[in-house]
Amino acid sequence: MRKMLIASLVAAVLAGSPGGLFAAEGKHPEDRDWPQEGIFGTFDKAALQRGFQVYKEVCAACHSVRYLRFRDLLGIGLDEETIKAVAGEYTVIDGPDDSGEMFERPAKPFDVFPSPFPNPQAARAANGGALPVDLSLIVKAREGGEDYLYSLLVGYTDPPADEEGLPGAYYNPYFPGGWIAMPPPLSEDMIEYADGTPATVEQMAADVTQFLSWLAEPELEERKRVGLKFMLFVLVMTGIFYAYKRKVWARLH
Amino acid sequence: MSTELQQPPFKSGVLRWIDERLPVLTWAYNELVVYPAPKNLNYWWNFGSLAGIILVVQIVTGVILVMSYTPHADLAFDSVEGYIMRDVNWGWLIRYLHANGASMFFALVYIHMFRGLYYGSYKKPRELLWILGVIILLLMMATAFMGYVLPWGNMSYWAATVITNLFSAIPLVGEPLVTWLWGGFTVANPTLQRFFSLHYLLPFVIFAVVFLHILALHQFGSNNPLGIDLSKKDKIPFHPYYTVKDVFGLCVFLLVYGYFVFYAPTAFISPTNFIPADPLQTPTHIVPEWYFLPFYAILRAITFDFLWIVPAKLGGVIAMFAAIGVLFFVPWLDTSKVRSARFRPIYKWFFWLLVIDVLVLGWAGANPPEGWYLVAAQLGTLYYFAHFLVIMPVLGKIERPLPLPTSLSDPVLRGTRSQTAN
Ligand code: HEC
Ligand code: HEM
Repeated sequence: MRKMLIASLVAAVLAGSPGGLFAAEGKHPEDRDWPQEGIFGTFDKAALQRGFQVYKEVCAACHSVRYLRFRDLLGIGLDEETIKAVAGEYTVIDGPDDSGEMFERPAKPFDVFPSPFPNPQAARAANGGALPVDLSLIVKAREGGEDYLYSLLVGYTDPPADEEGLPGAYYNPYFPGGWIAMPPPLSEDMIEYADGTPATVEQMAADVTQFLSWLAEPELEERKRVGLKFMLFVLVMTGIFYAYKRKVWARLH
Repeated sequence: MSTELQQPPFKSGVLRWIDERLPVLTWAYNELVVYPAPKNLNYWWNFGSLAGIILVVQIVTGVILVMSYTPHADLAFDSVEGYIMRDVNWGWLIRYLHANGASMFFALVYIHMFRGLYYGSYKKPRELLWILGVIILLLMMATAFMGYVLPWGNMSYWAATVITNLFSAIPLVGEPLVTWLWGGFTVANPTLQRFFSLHYLLPFVIFAVVFLHILALHQFGSNNPLGIDLSKKDKIPFHPYYTVKDVFGLCVFLLVYGYFVFYAPTAFISPTNFIPADPLQTPTHIVPEWYFLPFYAILRAITFDFLWIVPAKLGGVIAMFAAIGVLFFVPWLDTSKVRSARFRPIYKWFFWLLVIDVLVLGWAGANPPEGWYLVAAQLGTLYYFAHFLVIMPVLGKIERPLPLPTSLSDPVLRGTRSQTAN
């Protein structure tokens, strides 16, 4: 018993020392409002389309999205023609054909968005040993979701004076540990938005965050729509059965 | 009950023909319609039927999930996140009903058990009823643990690794036992496939035990908030009184369940489980689902060797299993003759202390086993066992219970009537 108490006291002191407990965790992300939040929240289609453009022109150089097929882009409001055209910009490897050869062909709407690297090893080799993760589920796969992703993208700063730099890494307080192998991906006016929106870093970060949020939860709007009907129905049933229960039980008194 | 079966009022000759040869209808009629239930059950008595309903929901959604799920280490994650959630019609609904259904199931069952502890429902003659309940809890834990492994996310993988590793603490046979459980030298595809098989099997075993649980219940009938044996005139037929009340309770429950499924479907799922299983990437904090947290805290509270012969790890495993094992003995550990805490002025307080203790353990289990979290886990563990092994037996001997009524219309009850009849 005494051994236990001493051990716990020692542990308590150790945990209380700075850097003991939270060193590995990143800075708390900024709490932003997103149109898809809340009971009635829906995606902002224009933002999703801009976000797709950011992904396609910037992030796709390093990150794959293996759960995105071109035809899924119907969900962000692109029409079939546009989707065919977008797919046509890419080539995919298909086959084998009748003579047993693999061949290249333009991508079709049913194809998965091509990955920038043939395998994780190649992706690491091109990124100084760090793996640019697949972004399909990234919003669900990080504590803080959209807020974290946005903060990470806009959060690059100069390191504090007492921080020792890491070779091949950039300082970003929101990333656990503070040093991330991804160079700051966004810079002002690096892309030209199709709808003419000024391409500030904040704008691009917010747009691509919403696009990736949609990609992680494409069912969100349908889910909330069905949910509303379900909740209203059950609410009415609750009222009816409450009244009915009182009526039946009144016989007992 | 079983001695005086009533014949259902059949309108159809076909039904009567069947029932004469196979009296299932008579059986169902007597268990679900005429079953005489105490008049004074409160809403805490709704949770048993709700748990039964959610068990059926889990089985139905589970069977549908299996139609699209692939139990293979290379394919499981994609079959859930890439296929069921995206391509299968209503797949997201079935998956979220199932994943959140597990949390709801535990919430309902824990409330149901605390109800039993408060009203002394485990006491003679309902000891076996209670024991069957603890068996259901154990089976549920095994089922939920193995189900959590199936989506093969990174938390699935590491939870499976940590929990199966516990068996390596057993002296001598530990290591070979773990290798045998895994079907290899790490958690890998063979592990996933056997967990899948057992995850499919166990709910049906639970179903069978629930059946026995109800059989045992109807032998002596439900306990009630007063904890006294009621005479016939204080009972009412299950239908329509408790059927409407249960349906009303079901509606309220569906509002809670629906809120999670439709508006916060990932509230109970760790973000780490949206990363595919990766043996090379250990999560910073390996945390089980919320319903295991109090037990997880007890497991990690034992950080010291016990009497120099039981190493800390084995001690933790023993403590964790003992935390559930002790529940089997509750009918005999509680020495009080009075069932309901309503007439036990001191026990009532200790009951609520136990509730708080379990919540504290849950909080400690959610945090790393260091600093105050560890102290809380250790004190919480100590108190948990003290409650069952010391407080319960001693209190039953020294506490002076309030005078018990002899029936629902007894004058002792005056002033509490409004509480008991709802
Ligand atoms: C030059 C290649 C490159 C580009 C372009 C790039 N990234 Fe990255 N990204 C990386 C690498 C490498 C990592 C791994 C960092 C690490 O592990 O330190 C990474 C990691 C990430 C992470 C994971 C952070 C975490 O919490 O683990 C996210 C999210 C991310 N990138 C989003 C984006 C987005 C959004 C874009 C487009 C705006 C983008 N990246 C563009 C290379 C890139
Ligand atoms: C006692 C009842 C049951 C409980 C408590 C339970 C619990 C769970 C849990 C916690 C998960 C992980 C959920 C997730 O993170 O997605 C899961 C997954 C799964 N369960 Fe069950 N389950 C039960 C019954 C069943 C039955 C009867 C079946 C099949 C007949 C089944 C099939 C599956 C499948 C295929 C998965 C993987 C898909 C997924 O992760 O969503 N379950 N279960």
